[in-house]
Amino acid sequence: MNDPMWLDNPAITDQMWPAAVETLLMTAWSTGLAVLFGLPLGIWLFTASKGGLNSNQFVYRVLSFIVDVTRSIPFIILIIALIPFARFVVGSALGWQATVVSLTIGAIPFYARLVENSLREVSEGKVEAALMMGASNGQVIRQVYVPEAKPGLIGAATVTSVTLVSYTAMAGAVGGGGLGALAISYGYQRYQADTMIACIIVLVLIVTLIQFIGDRLARAVDHR
Amino acid sequence: MIELRALRKVFGDTVALEEIDLSVPAGEIHGIVGRSGAGKSTLIRCLTGLDSPTSGTVSIDGVDLTNRSGAGLREARRNIGMVFQHVNLLDSRTALHNVAQPLKIAGIGKAERLAKARELLDFVGLGDRVDNYPAQLSGGQKQRVGIARALAAEPKVLLCDEPTSALDASTTDQILGLIRSLRDRLGITVLIITHEMSVVREICDSVTLLADGRVAKTGKLAEVLSEPGSALAKDLVPLPPVGIDDSEGRLVEVSLAGTDLPTVLTAAQKAGVSAEAILAGAVETIEGRQIGRLRFTVGSAEQSNGLISALKADGIYAEEAA
Ligand SMILES: Nc1ncnc2c1ncn2[C@@H]1O[C@H](COP(=O)(O)OP(=O)(O)OP(=O)(O)O)[C@@H](O)[C@H]1O
Ligand SMILES: [Mg+2]
Repeated sequence: MNDPMWLDNPAITDQMWPAAVETLLMTAWSTGLAVLFGLPLGIWLFTASKGGLNSNQFVYRVLSFIVDVTRSIPFIILIIALIPFARFVVGSALGWQATVVSLTIGAIPFYARLVENSLREVSEGKVEAALMMGASNGQVIRQVYVPEAKPGLIGAATVTSVTLVSYTAMAGAVGGGGLGALAISYGYQRYQADTMIACIIVLVLIVTLIQFIGDRLARAVDHR
Repeated sequence: MIELRALRKVFGDTVALEEIDLSVPAGEIHGIVGRSGAGKSTLIRCLTGLDSPTSGTVSIDGVDLTNRSGAGLREARRNIGMVFQHVNLLDSRTALHNVAQPLKIAGIGKAERLAKARELLDFVGLGDRVDNYPAQLSGGQKQRVGIARALAAEPKVLLCDEPTSALDASTTDQILGLIRSLRDRLGITVLIITHEMSVVREICDSVTLLADGRVAKTGKLAEVLSEPGSALAKDLVPLPPVGIDDSEGRLVEVSLAGTDLPTVLTAAQKAGVSAEAILAGAVETIEGRQIGRLRFTVGSAEQSNGLISALKADGIYAEEAA
């Protein structure tokens, strides 16, 4: 028996495009949400840390603990553990929308740590200069830390986004949709090597594209 | 304008500042000098409220900074302009927006603050550089942007922490000229921390020497300099380095304060020491007075004692140098 291959294979011609779109949607949504929540969390971590604007050892330890625990749970387990929560948020445990919930929760602490490290790169002198102008802590964050760290923050979002692409593929194993699901259900379970290879090629293209855009953006805002 | 009273700052068991009394009248340029670890940075941090003194008071333009915090302190800081050694401009902002930043922090509208920033950049001679990022400017240009920024909120006092230490000699002269013209045109009071004696000589009206956290000397520049034998005068007018080849030789240092070269030479002749024994000398005219030092080399201890007493007899300060 000879199954149709490559461009005669309906798994590729009919399903590849919608699967790729799903992967892109999952990545875009979860990156956006991870930045939306991870940026303030990262700023909070940084300001609470030793030598920060609003240093508080207790707050820092608690936040750090939560961030580290979430980061150390293997992603596949995090998704399974979050199924009830995802069902609660989007009304279904299946499909890409539910996966976005898990992806976001997995990515927030990841991005927050990267944010904390990027802010640490901003020189102490620039902060003192702003304080000497009578800036409040909020003004120092908005007018010094965030704009000065912007290339780093964009780089961190790029890294997060690339990591999320591979997470979407993993989520495919538990009904998450996208290219991962296609690769598993056709490439792996139905032994279609062509589908598997095609999925890998498209994933690589997506990652390359994200990296390219991220580098471009970071360079555009970097005036050093 | 700037008043420090019995200022004391202790870190753990290190006493960084002790019994600091200092007052700088409005419109004066005051220099603070001292060796590394003397407490200069600590002093400026106490002046700006970045650190709070252990005891004593700091007041600027009649406003006591020591008992202020939060919004009150932020308000008081707007009366102080600060110039940093490493300038500390924001790399992500153009020169124009850097200069406008203090006004943005003070809540001034965009059009008004940018107009003011443009004016200030013109004032420091960078009118054609408004849209440049700091990375596109030279060290001296950056420092001029830093000075324009410090002036944006129209402070009464300008604090400069080693403003020229990262610059070459000719750029240093430009920046010092700019600071002097600010004082002359705006009547601003300036406090300059520096380890460069040339900076003090160039632009300071008065000077304070810090040593081990205390005021070792303070006063008008001309007075401090003409004090014979003072350590500060020696630092301010350094002798050129000379190698001593004769280990048997004794060195005698003579101050020119209150006297002049011919008088010294005549007195030395009496002790049998001629002008050929002068090893090194430095003379400067500061505020119309000649100040400086000469270093004689003589063969023996008797000769050096003879020279010193002959000079002292004529009212000239002299001492054996190490
Ligand atoms: N945060 C601190 N904790 C402990 N000791 C400090 C602290 N800051 C300064 N000191 C001590 O206070 C003294 C004065 O230091 P300061 O930095 O004011 O010297 P400085 O005159 O600025 O020297 P330099 O010319 O090297 O900058 C030093 O003995 C220093 O070790
Ligand atoms: Mg210092």
